[in-house]
Amino acid sequence: MSKVLVVTSGKGGVGKTTTTAALGAALAKGGKKVVLVDFDVGLRNLDLVMGAERRVVFDLINVIQGDANIAQALIKDKRVENLSLLPASQTRDKDALTAEGVEKVINELRSKFDWVICDSPAGIERGAQLAMYHADVAVIVTNPEVSSVRDSDRIIGMLDSTTDKAKKGEKIDKHLLITRYDPARAARGDMLGTDDVLDILSIPLLGIIPESSDVLRASNVGAPVTIAEPESPPARAYTDAARRLNGEKLEVTIPAERKGLLDWLFKRRVA
Amino acid sequence: MSSFLSSFFKKRSSAPIARDRLQILLAHERISVGDGKDDLLAQLHREIMEVIKRHVAIDQDKVQIKLDRQANCSLLEIDVEVPGLTDKKPAVAAQKA
Repeated sequence: MSKVLVVTSGKGGVGKTTTTAALGAALAKGGKKVVLVDFDVGLRNLDLVMGAERRVVFDLINVIQGDANIAQALIKDKRVENLSLLPASQTRDKDALTAEGVEKVINELRSKFDWVICDSPAGIERGAQLAMYHADVAVIVTNPEVSSVRDSDRIIGMLDSTTDKAKKGEKIDKHLLITRYDPARAARGDMLGTDDVLDILSIPLLGIIPESSDVLRASNVGAPVTIAEPESPPARAYTDAARRLNGEKLEVTIPAERKGLLDWLFKRRVA
Repeated sequence: MSSFLSSFFKKRSSAPIARDRLQILLAHERISVGDGKDDLLAQLHREIMEVIKRHVAIDQDKVQIKLDRQANCSLLEIDVEVPGLTDKKPAVAAQKA
């Protein structure tokens, strides 16, 4: 059965696009048919993170306005089978994103893919609202940091009130994904703990992604971290999160600090 | 240990790749975003399609367009399936419309 998933957060820079790419690639590697839809009109970046920026011909708004059909606008990933991208428009006006247009596109994508993953823009305005409107499942990306948690709370409120499911009296399946988790800071007690965040937001935890240079390196070369560095800690965490989305019951592990040789040598002095 | 060594030697840095990708992308984007105009490739694509449409009725589903923007040259590939070239009728009909 086809599912529409929105990756959202309210706050910018927490890792929505990275997460969309990494989860999408992990689901596709697991054999699902996946399409990633960029809703950030005017500031698209999913194409860049996916390494498809040179191949964009048509975008979401071209499809909505009838300049192109969906098959023409979809960019097939060259590394993973079953993975496609529908880019956002970089030049058009945000107002070109209409509710009817989005509904038509989402319905058509539903018929062709197992997972339709919508990468929401930051904020709570039109683009973010339309990205979440048709969602069955929401992944709320949160950093263990006060302003991110506050914005996530706001977004959870919107998911429960302004979406199609909410209006029909149904519930969206919401999951919390904690990203940029820094085990060293957590060990020092200088970071909001996972328990604290879960307590405050009270939605189930999908995974904890450790802060890692692997993520940055992957975006530098234009590949989801689950493709570029599949054995790295963040990629493993994303792959597990994707399996949980598919209904597998896996325990979430809290990333532990990995001590390097130098840390080990100087441990006593630091402590 | 072997994974440590291989990670040390293979693909040392990703920053130069990031810089190259951005330079190519931004060179194309600065042309198109600034004044709302399409870049050359988008314009070529639109006008080529207009010319073809003038002569034959095109089924949108039978058109495939591929694009690859590179630093020194770009590749625009337009693949149009033209029905019944021997039959003049569709072309005439298209001209009138």
